[in-house]
Amino acid sequence: METLLETKKLARSFGSFKAVDELDLKIESGEIFGLLGPNGAGKSTLIKMLTTLLPPTSGDAFIDGLSITSQPNKVRRIIGYVPQMLSADSALTGYENLLLFAKLYDIPKNEAKKRVEESISFMELEPFAHKLVRTYSGGMIRRLEIAQSMLHQPKILFLDEPTIGLDPIGVKVVWEHILELKRKYNTTILLTTHIMEEADKLCNRVALLSRGKLVAIGSPDKLKNSIPKNGATLEDVFIYYTSESLANESSFREVRRERNTEKRFG
Amino acid sequence: MFSFVKKSFVITELEIRKVLHDPTEIIMRAVQPALWILIFGKVFERMHPLSNSVNYVDFMTPGILAQSVLFISIFYGIAIIWERDLGLTHKILATPTPRVALVLGKAISAGFRSLPIVLIIYLIAVLLKVNINWNIFNIIGVLIMVVLGSIFFSTFSLIIACIVKTRERFMGIGQVLTMPLFFASNAIYPIEIMPQWLKAISLLNPLTYVINALRSLMIINSPATSLLSDFSIVICASAALVLIGGNLYRRVII
Repeated sequence: METLLETKKLARSFGSFKAVDELDLKIESGEIFGLLGPNGAGKSTLIKMLTTLLPPTSGDAFIDGLSITSQPNKVRRIIGYVPQMLSADSALTGYENLLLFAKLYDIPKNEAKKRVEESISFMELEPFAHKLVRTYSGGMIRRLEIAQSMLHQPKILFLDEPTIGLDPIGVKVVWEHILELKRKYNTTILLTTHIMEEADKLCNRVALLSRGKLVAIGSPDKLKNSIPKNGATLEDVFIYYTSESLANESSFREVRRERNTEKRFG
Repeated sequence: MFSFVKKSFVITELEIRKVLHDPTEIIMRAVQPALWILIFGKVFERMHPLSNSVNYVDFMTPGILAQSVLFISIFYGIAIIWERDLGLTHKILATPTPRVALVLGKAISAGFRSLPIVLIIYLIAVLLKVNINWNIFNIIGVLIMVVLGSIFFSTFSLIIACIVKTRERFMGIGQVLTMPLFFASNAIYPIEIMPQWLKAISLLNPLTYVINALRSLMIINSPATSLLSDFSIVICASAALVLIGGNLYRRVII
């Protein structure tokens, strides 16, 4: 296995608050990697830096050898990103959302058409392709968004809380499609989540983040065995490693944003 | 360079397609300028406010066109903040699209969104028997100036949105800016009758140059103005704002 993404002492502060604190992390090609941690642990900040939206305060990260600080434009060509918030344009049809993104990634016209149609059928959105996104269900919007960020066949896909606010059916369908992406295209995926079942089911490895630092990393099974409790679940692992910070200030802004996202999916 | 222009137009296409799916907003915008010309214009005309022979409704019609451009474009930033809240901005900033192309594309789309208002103003003008110059080049000139004016004010609005970042603050600032920009221009009264200090301000206001150009292109017997300098000033001011906006745009998400 080769390393696809590597962070080197990657750090970001907001004023005196260290959102991400000199983080060293390696992600192998072809794995689904889960990033867990309480609100305000730095997950979203980390993803924003890796997707070149937020410059780090210090340190650097490399995706397929390209630096996020000195070669951000090249990085943008090889990553796909689905933000936590609902990011498909609701005033356009699903087909238009895909087509315009294909154009933004400079995919030649004929190829773009082919890929758009392929991704619509992969995400099982055919009956709705020419309907406005505002008529879609939460699960459909998520699938459309994932399709949108896969059009240029990125080496790594960032999913920020892919199933937040979805109903159980939506969650199940999105999970199936994420696993299918890996089976069919061997896409490397980095996702953040608060749902331990999701991490357990999808991820080859997970990392626990607390106060901007890595507190545990490994396969879900390895982590479950690492704590002194028989038959531990990933939830026990989460509580074991992050409980000291749970009582502390969780970012109000983040909580509010998550609530908003949920409301809008509702 | 080619790719830059192409990307700008992809963004424009995206925005235009949205309008085509739901044109209600654009139609509703016709109401306000109609009121200004039909009521304000018609009433003021009876006072014979202009000393020269120019009819007052003739004088103010291009001014109200420019006013509509200003009022429509100055609130464009609210869409920028809205898109940020939705996560659209995050997603588009993670694509390899040059930031300046994003801003230019949005500005051009704001220009196209202002074009229907030209049609409406011309219709009202025909109804009121305004002395319209029907030369095709003049009409094309009007359309180009309307697009340029929209580019300037929508980008100005985008820059404010990137700085203030919340809808509430943006609405406050938008309200505060609109009327001064409008009053410190020659939209509804000529510069010559302004007090000295207002004259000075109006000469720094790009809206004045938009109106100068619109007036001399649109109306027969309008006071002479240098179209070349009007267009150059608006183009340069717009280009400068688009460059600044391109550099500020990513700050809206931080």
